[in-house]
Amino acid sequence: MTEQAKFLIENLTFYYDSGPPALRNINLTIYPHEILVIFGPALSGKSTLLRLLNRLNDLVYDTRMEGRILLDGEDIYAPGVNVTELRRQVGMVFALPIPLPTTIRGNVTYGPRLAGERNRARLDELTEQSLRAAALWDEVKDRLDEPANALSGGQQQRLCLARVLALQPEVILLDNPTSGLDPLSTAKVEASLQTLKRDYTIVMVPHSVQQAARIADRAAFLLSGELIEHNIAAELFTRPQDKRTEDYITGRFG
Amino acid sequence: MISRQTSQKIAFTLLTLAAFVVVVPIVLVVGYIVVQGAGAISWEFLTAMPREGMREGGILPAVVGTVVLTFGTAIVAMPIGIGAAIYLAEYARDTWLTRLIRLAIINLAGIPSVVYGLFGLGLFVLFLNFGTSILAGSLTLGLLTLPVVISTAEGAILSVPQSFRVVSISLGGTRWQTIRHQVLPHALPGIITGVILGLERAAGETAPILFTVAAFYLPRLPHSILDQTMALPYHLYVISTQVPGMPVEVQFGTALVLLILVLSFNVIATIIRSHFRRLRQW
Amino acid sequence: MTEDRRNEQQRHPWGEFFIESAIKTCGFSAIIFVVLIFSFLFREGAPAFWSVSPSNLFGTRWYPTFGLYGTLPLILGSLLVTVGAVIIALPLGVATAIFVGEVAPHWLREVLKPLIEVLAGIPSVVLGFLGMVALSPLVRQYLHMPTGLTAFTGAVLLAYMSLPTIVSVAEDAIDAVPKEYRDAAYALGATHWQTIWRVVLPAAKSGVIVAVMLGIGRAIGETMTVMMVTGNAARMPLEWNALFMPVRTMTATIAAEMGEVAQGSTHYHVLFAVGIILFVITFIINAVASLVIIRGGPKRGGRLLG
Ligand SMILES: Nc1ncnc2c1ncn2[C@@H]1O[C@H](COP(=O)(O)OP(=O)(O)OP(=O)(O)O)[C@@H](O)[C@H]1O
Ligand SMILES: [Mg+2]
Repeated sequence: MTEQAKFLIENLTFYYDSGPPALRNINLTIYPHEILVIFGPALSGKSTLLRLLNRLNDLVYDTRMEGRILLDGEDIYAPGVNVTELRRQVGMVFALPIPLPTTIRGNVTYGPRLAGERNRARLDELTEQSLRAAALWDEVKDRLDEPANALSGGQQQRLCLARVLALQPEVILLDNPTSGLDPLSTAKVEASLQTLKRDYTIVMVPHSVQQAARIADRAAFLLSGELIEHNIAAELFTRPQDKRTEDYITGRFG
Repeated sequence: MISRQTSQKIAFTLLTLAAFVVVVPIVLVVGYIVVQGAGAISWEFLTAMPREGMREGGILPAVVGTVVLTFGTAIVAMPIGIGAAIYLAEYARDTWLTRLIRLAIINLAGIPSVVYGLFGLGLFVLFLNFGTSILAGSLTLGLLTLPVVISTAEGAILSVPQSFRVVSISLGGTRWQTIRHQVLPHALPGIITGVILGLERAAGETAPILFTVAAFYLPRLPHSILDQTMALPYHLYVISTQVPGMPVEVQFGTALVLLILVLSFNVIATIIRSHFRRLRQW
Repeated sequence: MTEDRRNEQQRHPWGEFFIESAIKTCGFSAIIFVVLIFSFLFREGAPAFWSVSPSNLFGTRWYPTFGLYGTLPLILGSLLVTVGAVIIALPLGVATAIFVGEVAPHWLREVLKPLIEVLAGIPSVVLGFLGMVALSPLVRQYLHMPTGLTAFTGAVLLAYMSLPTIVSVAEDAIDAVPKEYRDAAYALGATHWQTIWRVVLPAAKSGVIVAVMLGIGRAIGETMTVMMVTGNAARMPLEWNALFMPVRTMTATIAAEMGEVAQGSTHYHVLFAVGIILFVITFIINAVASLVIIRGGPKRGGRLLG
């Protein structure tokens, strides 16, 4: 753990327009090339935290944030930051597969094209690379120009992952990406994440505590907007320091 | 005491009756015009200049005038209307200013068409000195059409699933890129439908063109946008009220041509709507 | 590498700025147009208010050739025709909306709705023409009138012209009544009609009111039909049978006379003043109706998440 931090979250407190803060005084370091799992009960603020990392919460009006989030040592909320570029660096996969209503190829190349990539050969290369990395290439390589929503749910979610990979990001955020998938597809996604962490930093909200324990290198437990504890996964899931973490984990384990 | 079932029966009978009182005259009106007017319609009627004080010959300049005005209306109303719809659906927050804009749109929709005519006369014809011209008439009709275009286009834009926008933005799209690539293409059929319905109304209007463009009798085609022109609705008004001894057949023929022209917008809009609904991928 | 990627300029910052400014301008244009319309009506119409004495301007006699500009007969004429139209259209429209939305089988609904759309599309001058050649002879014959060009003839046609508005807005309002309301009524053993009458209609009341107001707005501003079938006699419609006599409305007066007046004459200014009156009336009607609409309207504007 002597590596340099990828993300450094310092004293982060976040409010939506009304009510109590959705996140309260969060301090968390995210290291490169690891899978960090953020878990906790519903409405504990997991998605909020994830969306703050690529500034997707900018789309919500009337919010207030205190504290800092540094990516590679730079404050991503500083004035003058190129937000669209940040979102390419920190890609996001959502809970449900949302293919854009176009072809498979069109989905994968969407981000690069918006970024100005026009070179056909380069786009083809990116498409193949990304689909391979998302373990989808063999299934779709002969029908890249067919509509994306003809794919199965599991394939669609891997397409969404490929779409993010085509951005050549440094960090991948996954907000409960297997929620709508069958066990087989879930296993495929989990397997590709294990490979991907060699090249990327992965932050994921898991579907269940079991999934968290299966894939996490490190884990952070959120409860009502507070970071109760975070640790190396092996430690946290076997010897939780906080009673509340233990209750949540064991409650789920039965 | 009538039983509940009986009173329901009576009520539903009355409702059915009301619906038929509403609908039957529509069928009669359209049917009557078709039957009476069909005889007048010939190739010459559609393609010849009017002669003999409009009692003979054709209605070509009126048809052309209406088509030209409809194009002019589209050119005015489409960019402004679609722009305003994009603003309201994609940019505007729920502030007092936005409410004011919505209030203004609803009121624009309610302003009587003859008042648009007065406004067009005051601003375009006189103040801006465009004279009685296609330009002044198109601008007036364009404004009149604006509320329809805005509200239908906004509806079409709002019906594009929100998730597409979020995905596009999360993939590094700017707001405009997202609108341009994810929103507008999918909203386009709805927007076009709205524009066509707006044009349908504009093509049939008489009062707004009375003082801004319409010529009583001008048996030639317009030369420029600063020219006056005849137009079908006004022509029908003229030949049914201002010209004594007008053959009834010519009146009905003109009414039929106008009706077909206007209702064909309706048909086109319906076709576009159902065609794209079938193609839709979500 | 991270550094320079993050600071890389966006592709077309200027193009995007330009297009977003244009969109914003379009957004505000509606306000600008309303203001512009009012200012130009005012600019041309205001002189009437100081060059014609109020007692003349709001008097009972409209004889512009003799310098008599009493707008009262025109205002009352508009009111008479409009009220007549609403009395006819309100029950018909609401009943049709209920029929289409609640009672009619699916196939009939698919026939009725496009037909009503067709009605909305028929140009007013076509209806006016038919009113002249078909409806007014009937009125004359069956009501034993000296002429068929009466306020009543206009009211009937106006009623049909405002029906599409009333039906579609009322139907939306009925559609918007939550399903739970109906289910609750059925659970209590109410018949379909009892549910409509006691639950659906009261819940849709404000929407129905909006429908009627928008219908009134349409009717009072309608021009060509009225001009062609109401006989255009500028007289005070005060007799008990005024509905069956010729009248003249504000809209018809403007349309009929504006083409013949000298620009800048008193008559010209007075016609604009009549336009102001019309504008103000419809503005109030629509503002009130729109307050109801906006209150329940789309709230989402610009909000993307959550
Ligand atoms: N767009 C929004 N506007 C207002 N409040 C929001 C918004 N999104 C989330 N919240 C609130 O913030 C809090 C945290 O929500 P968040 O979605 O981050 O929780 P979560 O842990 O992701 O929940 P889940 O497990 O259900 O996905 C909740 O109280 C929620 O109501
Ligand atoms: Mg969540």
